Amino acid sequence: MILTVNHVTTYDYDAPMGAAVQSLRMFPSRFEGQRVIEWDVSVEGGLRGGSFRDGAGDRIEGWSIRPPVDEVAITVKGQVETFDTSGVLRGHRELVHPMAYLRETVATWIDDSLAALAEEAVAGATEDLNRAHRLSAAISEAIAYKPGATHSHTTAAEALAQGEGVCQDHAHALVAVARCVDLPARYVSGYLFATDDGTPHEAAHAWGEIWVAGIGWIGFDPANKCCPDERYIRLGSGLDAREAAPIRGITQGSGEERLHVTVALDQVQQ
Amino acid sequence: MTEYFNEMFDGGQVRQPYSGLDGWMREMPSELRAMKQAEAEALFRRIGITFAVYGEGGDPDRLIPFDMFPRVFTQPEWRKLERGIKQRARALNAFLLDVYGRGEIVRAGRIPARLVYQNDAYERAVSGFIPPRGIYSHIVGVDLVRTGPDQFYVLEDNCRTPSGVSYMLENREIMMRMFPQLFRENRIEPVDGYSDALRRTLASVAPAKCDGEPTVAILTPGHFNSAYYEHSFLADLMGVELVEGPDLFCEGGFCWMRTTEGPKKLDVIYRRIDDAFLDPLCFRPDSMLGIPGLMDVYRSGGVSICSAPGAGVADDKAIYTFVPEMVRFYLGEEPLLENVPTWQCAKKDDCKYVLENLSELVVKEVHGSGGYGMLVGPKSTKEQIENFRHKIEDNPENYIAQPTLALSTTPTFVEEGVAPRHVDLRPYCLVGEKVELVPGGLTRVALTEGSLVVNSSQGGGVKDTWVLAE
Repeated sequence: MILTVNHVTTYDYDAPMGAAVQSLRMFPSRFEGQRVIEWDVSVEGGLRGGSFRDGAGDRIEGWSIRPPVDEVAITVKGQVETFDTSGVLRGHRELVHPMAYLRETVATWIDDSLAALAEEAVAGATEDLNRAHRLSAAISEAIAYKPGATHSHTTAAEALAQGEGVCQDHAHALVAVARCVDLPARYVSGYLFATDDGTPHEAAHAWGEIWVAGIGWIGFDPANKCCPDERYIRLGSGLDAREAAPIRGITQGSGEERLHVTVALDQVQQ
Repeated sequence: MTEYFNEMFDGGQVRQPYSGLDGWMREMPSELRAMKQAEAEALFRRIGITFAVYGEGGDPDRLIPFDMFPRVFTQPEWRKLERGIKQRARALNAFLLDVYGRGEIVRAGRIPARLVYQNDAYERAVSGFIPPRGIYSHIVGVDLVRTGPDQFYVLEDNCRTPSGVSYMLENREIMMRMFPQLFRENRIEPVDGYSDALRRTLASVAPAKCDGEPTVAILTPGHFNSAYYEHSFLADLMGVELVEGPDLFCEGGFCWMRTTEGPKKLDVIYRRIDDAFLDPLCFRPDSMLGIPGLMDVYRSGGVSICSAPGAGVADDKAIYTFVPEMVRFYLGEEPLLENVPTWQCAKKDDCKYVLENLSELVVKEVHGSGGYGMLVGPKSTKEQIENFRHKIEDNPENYIAQPTLALSTTPTFVEEGVAPRHVDLRPYCLVGEKVELVPGGLTRVALTEGSLVVNSSQGGGVKDTWVLAE
């Protein structure tokens, strides 16, 4: 599948602000599931900073805008050819030891309910792959997709208690329960192409990856009850949404910030 | 009754290193002593060297007590220590480079993966990044104790930002001012080369992108920090800027320092703030001390940070046990300095032993520092021991235990005259283009009779430390 991406993120301020600094993780991962045809990230009026690939294989690029800043606009435009690898992150070069992904964070803190759900889901399952599938299915079951039910700081435990949430909550809950049964897991951010039948939600998407010894990292998307396939574009990963965020930035000043995002994914007919 | 090694007196005999001090001690009238002590205090007060003590209340700008009786090493004693410390500093750096790279030592099964990768101090954000010259810890403070003429043990390693070196320098300065004749009569190796050596070390790890003379600065959390005096003191001595987060900004892949003549590119940051506060875009988002974007600049090779973020995983108390293994694994050498035998309460058998022998052992928190949260079994009441027993049973992973070491004593001026007090030693090893060690260090002394806790935060004092020239 060949997918085009047009993604514009704008932060507006109601008063002139000081300098803005950004750390962007908005470049498609390099693995067998995707091949970049073209890709461009730019920040309007910004200065490009250092760029590098981190130990987890993500390309990160720094940007800054000199004051006064009244708007920060980040534009991503590109075309990627994707392939179905059944969710397996094959051919991805990275260095971080899987065990470094067993750490809990505030957003993925395990409470009694998450622990109980994890335990119940994997009961009787001995193979890690099977356990991972079961955990993903259990999260799909326990948290219904409902936009607006949660906010960006909702934790996995809170989303589970509420029983509803969006892809961020599904991914948080999945990585939390996986770590709970000692399976290294991480939060992944990327894009999802919505097919005509309208089932998948959210073009700017998030899912989880679980480490299965002998196979490697495998993606699971509890929000869509599947493993990532050629409809997905993977950008980067982290212990939780904050770490894996495509955009991490700070704009100095006390002005009110308004966020506006448009994401369009289209399939190029061959 | 435990026998303690007295570094000056062997029975009635004066040991050779201290022969130059015996007469000085005996001939000093008590009035002169009191006068000199007052003078020393006034000098410390004037230069403003104080040490804020956390958790003890009282005066935060309290002076750290200075004991005028020097602690002495002979050249052969020192050379042996020096070799051991340098070896350790090299091994610790090799370990850091390895665990942020391919992790050979873990693959080889010499260190459990969990201990490294699940360690809170393991910084995933820097894995795969190779700092200039492959060095993570540029100033390694190795805490040593002595139990006999030839027996030293390493208590712990400090790979992040070991403090206290300003005391090493000031103690010497003040001793030379007060007792110039001592420095004429004894041939004592100088320590004042430290600031030049530190500057050289820092400049030698400038990033490849830096052409010309590297610009170095010390990054401090600010004047409310307990070691602020040291930060400004070292900046002065090295002739470099002392900066705080708001003085710096990132742009175009470099880190810039705001100056009256406009922005100046910074090449090497000697940071005295913790990893978590370096960059809100990478670590704690609520940090006001850090510089947004600094980690991106660092990881793309625009600036060097000393010590490198993530260096803390090497000085964790649980990792400490494996340092001798690191020496063998990376250097192919036998460790010259010994570790204190350590029981890990996380291990069932070890924990059982510890709980059965609490009154004999020293128990420490794995992540604790400054002598807090620590039990010295032989010096504790039954109640304190029972209290600790519950703590260990509740959270065994959090504790390690060691035998109570018979720390050596050196003569120390006390109310009644001169008396033996327990001491430790922290030398500062510099790792850059060269591995260097200034002949000396910080000797801390437990001023309370019988006390084995030398931490300055627990009322310990400091001494000038001499290495005699041959």
